[in-house]
Amino acid sequence: MIKEHLDLYEVFIRGKRGLDHKHVGSLHAEDPEQALEYARDIYTRRGEGVSIWVVRSRDITASQEDDSEAFYDPSNDKPYRLATYYRLPDEVNNM
Amino acid sequence: MAEQNTRQDTLEYAQRLGDDAVVLGHRLSEWCSNAPFLEEDLALANTALDFIGRARMYYGYAAELADDGRDEDDFAYLRDQRDYRNLLLHELPRGDFAFTQARQYFIDVYNQLFLEELRQSADERLAAIAAKAVKESRYHLRRSRDWMLRLGDGTEESHRRTQTAVDNLWGYTHELFELDPLEQRLVDAGVAVDVAALRDPWREQVGTLLDEATLRQPADDWAVRGGREGYHTENLGHLLTEMQALHRAYPGCSW
Repeated sequence: MIKEHLDLYEVFIRGKRGLDHKHVGSLHAEDPEQALEYARDIYTRRGEGVSIWVVRSRDITASQEDDSEAFYDPSNDKPYRLATYYRLPDEVNNM
Repeated sequence: MAEQNTRQDTLEYAQRLGDDAVVLGHRLSEWCSNAPFLEEDLALANTALDFIGRARMYYGYAAELADDGRDEDDFAYLRDQRDYRNLLLHELPRGDFAFTQARQYFIDVYNQLFLEELRQSADERLAAIAAKAVKESRYHLRRSRDWMLRLGDGTEESHRRTQTAVDNLWGYTHELFELDPLEQRLVDAGVAVDVAALRDPWREQVGTLLDEATLRQPADDWAVRGGREGYHTENLGHLLTEMQALHRAYPGCSW
């Protein structure tokens, strides 16, 4: 199959001291293997990472700007979901 | 006396390996801003820098052995083509993308075998350079091997271009496995790699890949040689003219 445009991939890298992979950017590649190699060449050349994930951008399902009201506003008036809402009794010293 | 001779031979050997690296590094650098797409542009430039870095290590060591005030820049920028001793395969023009990748693949397979051996060298400095470089070459090989499969077993046009590249390069690969008296002396001293012994494993690896990439292994009906004696194709002079222009116009310049 001849592709007119290469697929877009998102790149995630776990840094030397990091525990989780962080999104660092995106790139174009023919397939996942090539995406992994390009990620190595583009995002780790200064020794940034010890592990790389790549995933086709179109495989990511993302929330939309329009969703924000329905998604996030409802939690704004529920302060009891935050630890700071609670006052610690004086007896608890070491929290 | 024998020690002094080995030192002189080792100097020449390090210089040869530096020449291979700097010439190929320059050829690869010619793709910078010219590659088929951005990601490949960066990847090729990375590879070019690996080879230029390798040249610095070899020349740096040669300069130490020479101990006559020359430094790595003198080796790279102030020698003319007859003094360059790179194998001819490295200096051929970059050609189309298929040609660049096919050449790279042949050289990467060779380097991986070569550097594994050089790591065992009795010369600790060369062994240390090889230990660092072999890791790069493993990665280079992974890339160029992928490209051979992609291009060889790709579209009709990519197949045709890659086969043409393989055919046009093949006659330059024989020289990779030849030892001249100097290298034979260093092999006997445990310093240099016996490249003649690399021919069979190289052919086996390359043959398997060519099959897999639906490419045909060319006949051995022509061979060009002379690089280690300083006899070059007409291409090296042009390459050096460009590569050395700045240093010759502004000696010792830096930025």
